[in-house]
Amino acid sequence: MSTVTVQLFASYAESFGTTALEIPVKAGTSVSDLISAIRALPGSEIVRDSVRVAVNRQFASPEQVIDPRDEVALIPPVAGG
Amino acid sequence: MKRAAVVTRPIDPGALLDQVRSREFGAVSMFLGTVREISDGRQVSSIDYSAYVPMAEAELDRIIGEAIEKFGIGAVVVEHRVGPLELGDVSVAIATAHQHRGPALEATSYLIERIKSQVPIWKLEHYADGAAGWVDPTPVVARA
Repeated sequence: MSTVTVQLFASYAESFGTTALEIPVKAGTSVSDLISAIRALPGSEIVRDSVRVAVNRQFASPEQVIDPRDEVALIPPVAGG
Repeated sequence: MKRAAVVTRPIDPGALLDQVRSREFGAVSMFLGTVREISDGRQVSSIDYSAYVPMAEAELDRIIGEAIEKFGIGAVVVEHRVGPLELGDVSVAIATAHQHRGPALEATSYLIERIKSQVPIWKLEHYADGAAGWVDPTPVVARA
């Protein structure tokens, strides 16, 4: 089974204690599967149901399938401006 | 002129205005976001902004494309600063230009609302009492 690197930022990086997670993926693993896997990890209490995932620098739908080579990031609630 | 950037240097609003001004436009609109000293009743001492820079710049480009399509603005420049900012510093600047004031004003307002909801930028507030907290503008939803 291969893994995908998930970048973490801001409050999420602080809560997980790292700026990247390696999450196992298999053929057909979706964004919502990825979130479920991340939710099982220590530090994930901060991750809300409303969390957004970016794939290749674009917000992804829960159904989008993840490829191990994708650039994936977990996006905490944004607060720019 | 159409440009968006995440920057670490101070923002120069005058430079942005110069970049969008032109004889073909009769209206230039600007929005500046600045660091406020009170947040939710707490005294703020400084703010650290951080970003997922490549995606933030891609999102800014996308949002600018939306504003051009919706309002027909002829020029637009957006800069968002990251790193440590002091009270009163400019954190975000938007300049738009159009032949007429209505679309310029509307586009500027549209851009700041979209930036606040879509661009992966985060804000760590440092308070006068020594504490610090991540700003989360979204309402808390109970987990099932």
